[in-house]
Amino acid sequence: MKDNTAEKKSFFDRLLDSDVMISILVVILGFIVGTLLIAIVGKNPADMFSSIFDSMFGMARNNGTWNFRYIGETFAYSMPYILCGLAMGLPARVGLFNIGAEGQYIMGMTAAQSVALLVTPFPGLWVFCIIAALIAGSLWGGIVGILKAKYNVSEVVATIMLNYIALYSSRLISFQLPGATTYNTATLPAFSKLTKFLIPTSNLNVGVFFVIIAVAVYYFVINKTKLGFAMRATGFNKNASKCSGISTVKSITTSMLIAGAFAGMAGAIVLLGGAFPKGRIITGMDNYGFMGIAVSLVGNNTAIGNLLAGILFGILKQSQSLMQSRNIPKEITLIIQGLIVVFISLRSGLEIIKQRRNTKKLRKEALSK
Amino acid sequence: MSDYAIEMLNITKTFPGIIANDNITIRVKDNEVHALLGENGAGKSTLMSILFGAYVADNGIIKIFGKEEKIKNPNIATNLGIGMVHQHFKLVHNYTVTENIVLGREPRNKFGILQIGIAEKKVQELSDKYGLMVDPKAKIDDISVGQQQRVEILKTLYSNSKIIIFDEPTAVLTPQEVDELMEIIRKLKKEGKTIILITHKLKEIKAVCDKCSVLRRGKYIDTVDVADVSENELASMMVGRPVKFDITKNPIKRGKVMLDVSHLTVKDHLHVEKVRDLTLQIHKGEILGIAGVDGNGQSELLMGLCGMLPVSSGTIILDGEDITHKTIKQRIEIGLGHVPEDRHKYGMIKEFTLSENAVLKDFYKPKYSTKYKTLNFPLFKEIATQEIEEFDIRTGLGADTVAGSLSGGNQQKAIVAREISLSPKVLLIAQPTRGLDVGAIEFIRKRILEERDKGQAILLVSFELDEIMNLCDRIAAISKGKIVGIFNDGEVNVREIGLMMASSEKNEGEKIEG
Repeated sequence: MKDNTAEKKSFFDRLLDSDVMISILVVILGFIVGTLLIAIVGKNPADMFSSIFDSMFGMARNNGTWNFRYIGETFAYSMPYILCGLAMGLPARVGLFNIGAEGQYIMGMTAAQSVALLVTPFPGLWVFCIIAALIAGSLWGGIVGILKAKYNVSEVVATIMLNYIALYSSRLISFQLPGATTYNTATLPAFSKLTKFLIPTSNLNVGVFFVIIAVAVYYFVINKTKLGFAMRATGFNKNASKCSGISTVKSITTSMLIAGAFAGMAGAIVLLGGAFPKGRIITGMDNYGFMGIAVSLVGNNTAIGNLLAGILFGILKQSQSLMQSRNIPKEITLIIQGLIVVFISLRSGLEIIKQRRNTKKLRKEALSK
Repeated sequence: MSDYAIEMLNITKTFPGIIANDNITIRVKDNEVHALLGENGAGKSTLMSILFGAYVADNGIIKIFGKEEKIKNPNIATNLGIGMVHQHFKLVHNYTVTENIVLGREPRNKFGILQIGIAEKKVQELSDKYGLMVDPKAKIDDISVGQQQRVEILKTLYSNSKIIIFDEPTAVLTPQEVDELMEIIRKLKKEGKTIILITHKLKEIKAVCDKCSVLRRGKYIDTVDVADVSENELASMMVGRPVKFDITKNPIKRGKVMLDVSHLTVKDHLHVEKVRDLTLQIHKGEILGIAGVDGNGQSELLMGLCGMLPVSSGTIILDGEDITHKTIKQRIEIGLGHVPEDRHKYGMIKEFTLSENAVLKDFYKPKYSTKYKTLNFPLFKEIATQEIEEFDIRTGLGADTVAGSLSGGNQQKAIVAREISLSPKVLLIAQPTRGLDVGAIEFIRKRILEERDKGQAILLVSFELDEIMNLCDRIAAISKGKIVGIFNDGEVNVREIGLMMASSEKNEGEKIEG
């Protein structure tokens, strides 16, 4: 009897059971509504999709030749998205909402440019820049972790505040760097830059390897290690974890330390990756950290999910310039990203639908007897 | 006028995932004391909530005194003369008895001024008439749990209820208070009320009820005359198979002291002293039971022992080692097992699979790591599979089953299995059988006794006096955070223990020598 009902599961039921399917569904929904909006403002949605397509596969539409630079840029943009997604995702697995990837990103970037400009250049300087960024981001996240774990300070409030402290500290610090003007510092030494990789015309650089390593570390820590086991336990049920002898203080603090390192690395990669010849004195936030929240939501806090969602966001970002050249308002990509985040809340909505369907089925069963 | 006060015909009610009431029909005669018997989750409370208007049935008809009624909310039920005494009282604590009773229907004079005196007089009259002995002017804070329950009864009487539903009324009472409640129910019947008693306690049914309807897993089983059946017959109707009541206990082989608690004081999260200067010892091979009414410091005692709450003063010595200020993890490693009273909050991680839950306390040990220092998940699974077999845990997907999808009994078995397999020196067990079905209760009690025979020192906290009396070698009565007497098994009966549990509730500080 029971096996029969299991087999009879409809496509819709199976869809509801799968987190991956729901993520994909949400992305598709975002694009559908985006397409409608483009059509409503009287533009041709086909131009939007061709821009996105070209960013993915590197076709140069206007003359029919391949332009791999687009792919390179897409991946270059994806790097900080993926890293900031991981920075959001890891604490989320421990039950924290890390709004502070932006601040951790800024501190990472500031540390990287300080090392780049203050240390006498030598080959391999970039490695030390990245290490400095890892440490700075990690500390910035770790502060929140300790406050949360030991004194139960809300991580949401603490991270938001630290984002602003990071922004203005970065300005204070960067003004002290050599050659500082209102907007930038002296030119970054060549040894501090990340080597271009595979597609030299684009900003794609060896940072890609670090991103891949970060995704692998994320997967490995969460799924394979004692630390990850304790983190997941803490995230699901802090009381039971504590009662079982798991140090929730350690889980929470470590997750924020690692998350900060991910975001800090994103800051270094953006700075040293080619787009900026000089050190930056930022006046506002780059928003990679905040977009990381969206990436992690779409990716459902898994390693692979974050990777794919980060690439999606990279594609959208790269397609902006192509869209502009094809007379499509580039803001549509931001709208689509926003829609995707809104539709993610469908997850809980679908949960309700799932329950309703079960109840209905049961009611039918009960009454038919 | 119909013979029946209540007729609930073909009632069906579903919740997500379960059929709580499956085509149930019960009829209750006017002026009858009718028991509704069933295990936890049998659907008793749901059925009565439908009668009281808290839920609306998917299907079925309700007739009150022969007339079909649609009871969409509790107000309609109240107007029809149906009153309910809830398991968890709905009282405002800093209000007086009368204020609570008239809440929302306060008597006023023509200028709209509150006339609490009139209500007080009426409450006094009702209290006298039914022998409830409640002071209408007393604050709820100042009266005992038993009296609070009578305030709930007075509420129903004040609104002239003809039908009174009692939802597990004895769960919070001491044995003496239970006797008094039975007397009150008899009086209510004499005055012409119709009473429904939701319960799973057979003694109470034999004591006061005329008829008894039995539910099992959402289905109606039968209605019987209480006079015609024995407790055993009722029990097997409830469970669906013959039940053995008595547990055979091997003679005790008491060893050295394993847990030595002296002058322990523990404060709860609000910094209120809940355990005060408490001293007890547990020997190898014995079960020490803590008997007491809920809220007298049992939870804080356990939390203090296991390390979840800090100890304010006093010492805890586990097998010669002072663990008073050790971390939770250190205590577990030294040999302290704990089956917590709230298994969802403290006992397991519902989102984890059984295999992950099986190693929750020792996953970090080298034996669970592969040579690459990663966790050895296949080994987790092996261990969980062993436990599933040994403890007869009924699962859908074996060790890969998500713990939250199991029934309460199987969850508890999984927790007990984990704690026992860690072979601790001292095992703290709280409320091991609360909310479980009879099969699981039997199994878990048997396992606890087996561990005792193997030489385990066990501390058992339970609000079920029967459980304490059946399992324990020594019984300590706790009241207001203090042990008020310790007895050997067989030295006392339920009445005497009950007196102790209540005694210093009224006379604080008065110790009874054991």
